Amino acid sequence: MRKVYLDHAATTPLLPQVREAMLPYMGEAFGNPSCLHDWGDAAREAMETARTQVAQLIGANAEEVIFTGSGTESNNFAIKGLALAQQKKGKHIVVSAIEHFSVLHSAKTLEKWGFELSTVPVDKYGLVDPEDVRKSLRKDTILVSIMHANGEVGTIEPIPEIARITRESNAVFHTDAVATAGTIPTDVKEMGVDALSLAGNQFYGPKGVGAIWVRKGVRIIPLLDGGVQEGGRRAGTENVPAIAGLGKAAELAEANMTARMEHLTQLRNRLLTELPVNIDHTVVTGPLQNRLPGNVSFCVEFIEGESMLMLLNSQGVAVTSGSACTSKALKASHVLISMGLSHEIAQGSLLFSLGIDNTPQDIDYVLKVLPSIVDRLRQMSPLYAKFIKEGKGGK
Amino acid sequence: MPVYSEKVMDHFMNPRNVGEIENADGVGEVGNPVCGDMMTFYIKVKDNRLEDVKFKTFGCGAAIAVSSIVSEMAKGKTLEEAMKITPRSVADELEGLPKQKYHCSNLGAQALNKAIQDYLSKKK
Repeated sequence: MRKVYLDHAATTPLLPQVREAMLPYMGEAFGNPSCLHDWGDAAREAMETARTQVAQLIGANAEEVIFTGSGTESNNFAIKGLALAQQKKGKHIVVSAIEHFSVLHSAKTLEKWGFELSTVPVDKYGLVDPEDVRKSLRKDTILVSIMHANGEVGTIEPIPEIARITRESNAVFHTDAVATAGTIPTDVKEMGVDALSLAGNQFYGPKGVGAIWVRKGVRIIPLLDGGVQEGGRRAGTENVPAIAGLGKAAELAEANMTARMEHLTQLRNRLLTELPVNIDHTVVTGPLQNRLPGNVSFCVEFIEGESMLMLLNSQGVAVTSGSACTSKALKASHVLISMGLSHEIAQGSLLFSLGIDNTPQDIDYVLKVLPSIVDRLRQMSPLYAKFIKEGKGGK
Repeated sequence: MPVYSEKVMDHFMNPRNVGEIENADGVGEVGNPVCGDMMTFYIKVKDNRLEDVKFKTFGCGAAIAVSSIVSEMAKGKTLEEAMKITPRSVADELEGLPKQKYHCSNLGAQALNKAIQDYLSKKK
């Protein structure tokens, strides 16, 4: 059976060159980078090379890059660390309604710690209006965090405009670029942000490693206390092989970005335009323009996402869904609900996240197998039966 | 993917008794799309026995498997026997359901019961 992996938003595969770059640090070059001997030197050099590679990817200075254990840690560090460092200036923070849980839940934790939180809404395409950010700003706003793009629906947010607005205030501006760094350009100077989060497993690097960039001069309070690794901002012996892999993945992403984006955009546009033709009563979620190159997300009416996902898996296709039934919390995706979709429609959510390894044949295969899966589940669905009856007799 | 038993997977992949019964003797509908799952059961009764049971379900893999097995368990039973089918006996028959799926997806017994009540109320 054909195997088609279309869940790159969950994690990307490791590129062979990345794995090669990691191997020495799981072998003979096992040293601790804090140590002052040859073993330590080799590990430290690997880390500094990786730091430069990551910095180049985002147009930053290497000394401003801090390695972390994941995109989630980077976001926790940004939200809590930046807010705690600025708390003498105020207690108010602003995030968007569709942030990743690592941002949203960190912000909720800050609320429990006595901070005040404002959430800016999004429109039906998942887009933040910069004017809404302006309206939410107060004299005591110390931190604004708006994601660069949403991995579930593909919406790319107007970060430079939002940055211009926040610069008129006292607030520090962080962007969660986990879905974008290594995929589309994420130049921190062009975006005008003060801090940015990224993760290795979103661009063919290893899992369990991320980074945060914090502009020089912006204070951040460490989450982890201990030794003086990462300039005293993130204690703990570094995951050298993963960091070396992150660096290599960043270098490859920068070198191949244009070609990758073109490839993904072609595949994406085909799936995005042909799926609604092959399957009636679907709702594309997210915008048609200004969308992550590999993101195809939509809702299929009258049926539920998990059952589609299971049947797709039985045909060798890996995807994900934002339906309530697929979440461990049994709640429909907050992103879809914030975009104004009903719970009923959100239940039929499917997310295809394409990767550089996908081919036009993969898209052909999905276009071939999905319509019969949808049909099969609709034949079982009481909602579809009602729709057909009402459509034929009722009106 | 949730960890489903082989039996759940079997009933999900090959659901039994899917469909509607025209001029059913009883119809029972439970759930709503907001909570995630919705089931409609149709029954045909002859001599106090469930001669035929069919269902339509909107929901996850567990919900579809639950509907399928309930229809299988109920068919041929007397109304009294069928009313003794419970979420627990359904879960046992399926060789277990994931904990978080137990309450939301395990509506089959309730839907069947509602169909029987519908039949009984019409008969009066």
